[in-house]
Amino acid sequence: MSRTRVLTIALFMVLAAATVWAAVGAMSVQVKNSQLRATPSFLGSTAASVSYGEQVEVLQEQGDWAEVSAAGGKKGWIHQSALTRKKIVLNASGKDAELAASGDELALAGKGFNADVEARFRASHRDVDFASVDRMEAMTVSPAEMIVFLKEGGLKSRTGGAQ
Amino acid sequence: MKNRSFSEWFLCSLALVPMLILIASCQTMEPALNVGAALGVSTGVVSQSQANSIVRGAVAVGKTFQDITPEQEYYIGRSVAATVLQRYRPYDDAEANRYVNLLGQSLAQASDRPETFAGYHFLILDTDEINAFAAPGGLILVSRGMLRLCKDEGQTAAVLAHEIGHIQGRHGLRAIKSSRITSALTILAVEGAKNVGGGQVAQLTEAFEGSVTDVASMLMNSGYSRDLEREADQEAVVILGRVGYDPGSLVGLLKEMDKRMAKGGPGFAKTHPDPKDRIQGLDSKSGVPAGPPPPPERKARFARFIAEV
Repeated sequence: MSRTRVLTIALFMVLAAATVWAAVGAMSVQVKNSQLRATPSFLGSTAASVSYGEQVEVLQEQGDWAEVSAAGGKKGWIHQSALTRKKIVLNASGKDAELAASGDELALAGKGFNADVEARFRASHRDVDFASVDRMEAMTVSPAEMIVFLKEGGLKSRTGGAQ
Repeated sequence: MKNRSFSEWFLCSLALVPMLILIASCQTMEPALNVGAALGVSTGVVSQSQANSIVRGAVAVGKTFQDITPEQEYYIGRSVAATVLQRYRPYDDAEANRYVNLLGQSLAQASDRPETFAGYHFLILDTDEINAFAAPGGLILVSRGMLRLCKDEGQTAAVLAHEIGHIQGRHGLRAIKSSRITSALTILAVEGAKNVGGGQVAQLTEAFEGSVTDVASMLMNSGYSRDLEREADQEAVVILGRVGYDPGSLVGLLKEMDKRMAKGGPGFAKTHPDPKDRIQGLDSKSGVPAGPPPPPERKARFARFIAEV
């Protein structure tokens, strides 16, 4: 009888620990920069900006979009591909590192393959063309430009994740 | 009494599940065992027990391409693109590159993965070879030869949407040997614990270099598997439909490729399945034109673009 009880309690604790992060609807921004928008669409006006590792609280979901709130009173819609259930740790401690290696609940920002490793790679591959990659990354399209491009071409945006 | 034995049996069998998974994964994770050597116990970076626990964690879970975070994917993708750009020069035409970025980013926002770590970016390669590459994270390179095949904006969209399909499915990362991923992510964990010594940095750079080579040589030499090509084709048809292009544009493009590509030739012909097979793999409805005819401005801007490439 007592063995059963111990097993039951142990199982319950494991399940509770695993679900607590998911249950509260907390997520982290997993991209460098993104926007919280007034409507669930890339063409919606920007309400606020969020950056890598920032934690958000999911208020409601609509298709692939989530309405979230973030620290500082920020609120708006963000596409779910910008979010992860993992907690992103910006300044990892030893304990964080152990958890990150063994589980799915934690990711370490700026560790592993980073700018330092890229710099070492560049040093030993001098003819690899990073200058063109940097120029490529500088080519951006604003939502306003995209609206004009879609409209003039008789095209549409996928809004609300409803389609 | 009966209840007690049942619940005990039930709980014990529950406990067995992770053990069985562990046993099964251990059999496939042999290369991962070498990562212990990567941990700087001898150099005093971490304690023996800390190293053991990190290795145990990493090995037990078994690292695959799915464990690569968008940030890691971004750095791999930059170096892969830079490696491809060592073989093919960029085509320096600001207007033409602007057009592929407007078109490509409009398509990417309609994909199931519109947000990557640093977004989607497109660049034209100055070569007659018929080719296109998707470096992990969203850096898409497409040749002048490929663009000149396109008869209209819809077919150009089909080229870009197919490459977006590869990014969305993280197909490029699947070329990376799992031993490298386990090694890198294990060292990463130690790096998180403390600043790594020279040995670990060298090993991490080696895992990075190996990963970049795995992806770049798959893109330029061996190609994706047929299944991944079919998946990218199907995603392309979905994206085209969402934005309002004729989903049959992909079939139109594949017919052009079939006409113009030399069998066994360089570029796409070498790394991709026969266009005829790809057409067969697509849903029959993707060949049916949809909606009203495109407005004159779409034709006009495509004409201006194609004159530049």
